[in-house]
Amino acid sequence: MSDKQNTIIDVNELQTSFFVDGKEVKAVDGVTFDVPSGKTLGIVGESGSGKSITSLSIMRLINNPGKIKGGEINFNGENLLDKSEAQMRKIRGNQISMIFQEPMTSLNPVFTVADQIGEAVMIHQKLSKKKAREKSLEMLKLVGIPSPEKRLDNYPHELSGGMRQRVMIAIALACRPELLIADEPTTALDVTIQAQILRLIRNLQEELGMSVILITHDLGVVAETCDYVAVMYAGKIVEYADVNTLFRDPKHPYTVGLLKSLPRHDIDMEGDLSTIKGMVPTPDNMPKGCRFAPRCPFARDMCRENLPHLEDEGDGNQVRCWIHTDQWDGPEVNVKDDYESAASKQS
Amino acid sequence: MFVYIVRRLMQTIPVVIGVTILVFSMMHLVPGNPAQIIAGESASPTQVAQMEERLGLNDPLPVQYFSYVGNAVTGDLGNSIRSGNAVTDEIFSRLPVTIELALYSTFLSIFIGLIAGVISATKRYTFTDAAIMIVALFGLSMPNFWLGLMLVQYFSLPPLQWFPVTGWGTPQHIVLPVLTLGTAGAAIIARMTRSSMLDVINQDYIRTARAKGVKERIIIYKHALRNALIPVVTVVGLQFGVLLGGTVIIEQVFAINGLGRLVIEAISARDFPVVQGSVLVIALMFVLVNLLVDLSYRFLNKRIELD
Ligand SMILES: Nc1ncnc2c1ncn2[C@@H]1O[C@H](COP(=O)(O)OP(=O)(O)OP(=O)(O)O)[C@@H](O)[C@H]1O
Ligand SMILES: [Mg+2]
Repeated sequence: MSDKQNTIIDVNELQTSFFVDGKEVKAVDGVTFDVPSGKTLGIVGESGSGKSITSLSIMRLINNPGKIKGGEINFNGENLLDKSEAQMRKIRGNQISMIFQEPMTSLNPVFTVADQIGEAVMIHQKLSKKKAREKSLEMLKLVGIPSPEKRLDNYPHELSGGMRQRVMIAIALACRPELLIADEPTTALDVTIQAQILRLIRNLQEELGMSVILITHDLGVVAETCDYVAVMYAGKIVEYADVNTLFRDPKHPYTVGLLKSLPRHDIDMEGDLSTIKGMVPTPDNMPKGCRFAPRCPFARDMCRENLPHLEDEGDGNQVRCWIHTDQWDGPEVNVKDDYESAASKQS
Repeated sequence: MFVYIVRRLMQTIPVVIGVTILVFSMMHLVPGNPAQIIAGESASPTQVAQMEERLGLNDPLPVQYFSYVGNAVTGDLGNSIRSGNAVTDEIFSRLPVTIELALYSTFLSIFIGLIAGVISATKRYTFTDAAIMIVALFGLSMPNFWLGLMLVQYFSLPPLQWFPVTGWGTPQHIVLPVLTLGTAGAAIIARMTRSSMLDVINQDYIRTARAKGVKERIIIYKHALRNALIPVVTVVGLQFGVLLGGTVIIEQVFAINGLGRLVIEAISARDFPVVQGSVLVIALMFVLVNLLVDLSYRFLNKRIELD
């Protein structure tokens, strides 16, 4: 793991579950990662892997029937899970901000843009209404909304999806947070707008020197935007690496599978759009061993029986796979090179 | 918005015409000859014929209708058979009391209903929530006249005697009738507010507010309630409209001289013009209230496109 002093946030064995009909759904099951200060961490994974629940857990915004069951979330060296609700309120929107997947519904329909941006600075910086309005205008300019003076008094329904997401970013950044969590900020938007919003987040990060957690299921976005990547599968991190290593030398079969299904040419893989066979396991049908084993072309009995740990690979990168351990009892494999031939033999 | 107001006003025209036709027909649908009744039991056939002529009852129906509407537009709803006074005067001397009664009751329902509904929603599935909703169910199912009589029984008669039994004028007079009339409305508003709040609290923009670090109390009363109120406004408006015409029984129970009591008196005296006039006024007020509710709904709900 990278040097503690330069780490803005360090999530350790985080566990968040939902309790429905007397059954426990482990949405996040022992997630561990950190974000070096001033850097961008991408969290990738298929739908339902627990990305949003991880980010909401960091914000401590998990509501009934959900509950954070254990682990640590060390932000600037202090465990957020030990904070009172009042202390968390001082952090939310101030030191840690979040933007959401759904720009169309994330703004309050009965308040103006100025009201919604200004509220954060009025709460955290105790600005007057007039000063807050000036701040809102400044933020609208910062996020590149055309004719910002006019937009101040608009209601959300008067704005397009891309503009709403810009307003969300303006709200999130109004107090200059140290950490921005962007949960699939562009999934709901047109492709051209997507690129604009991502560029905006990247530029603002450099300008404001903040750290970013960018959640996405798009490895292309990761390649362009992130410094580090955590690959999530069924509530667990399966691989953590800096972005170059991940694309050059992916170690987990799931990561390789994701990369193989990516139609790109500027990275090391020849994409042939082969998808990973099978389905993400459902919470009530969680495999006993490695969660990816049922879909993994290299899986052996030991994989199906025992859950591997997230092991350090020495260079600050980590992988959760038996192949990369001493205990591996199969023939030597190079996950990246052998993936395709192994996958073709898979039934 | 202006276009919408105009269009909405246009829509009321057919309703108003329908109301006047119904009210006009009342005269001709009830059994008995109005001329006979007006002229009196003992009137001779000649006198009745003269009365028919004077009332225009021999004219074709459309002619009668248009002259009725024509007069009504100028504020002439005929004269009371009982007192001989102008019907409009009779109505307007009684109307303020009824409006007062309906207004106070509506305010009371809003006040109690909103508070109960919000508490219920924020404490959902707890004992408090269940208790409030059971009380609301009782409030909704109790017949008005029975509740009124019970309140009189316990609070106006010995030993308590806190409030006068009947009449209108002092604040003490207002309490029991308003409580009686406001209860059902409070129950409806509480239930509506609760379900509307529960719906709003799960919206993404509430999560956004939490992510901003907004206090829970402000999230409930500012972010959530503002949105939750939009459907409640409709219920409040309809409730007020219903009360305007619905105070009849309570005015009777508490002997309050409002419009409702005028209607009852007029019916038992077969005072057709007064009945007609009162029904017309109540119906028009209802149309007006509905119009205002629609407009305020549009105003509150900025999401609805105003084409
Ligand atoms: N309110 C809830 N009640 C019960 N289970 C839930 C709830 N919210 C989430 N979960 C469970 O948590 C799992 C992870 O959900 P999460 O929203 O974090 O997925 P995600 O990785 O963000 O997916 P997506 O890419 O679709 O946004 C889901 O598969 C679901 O089983
Ligand atoms: Mg998600």
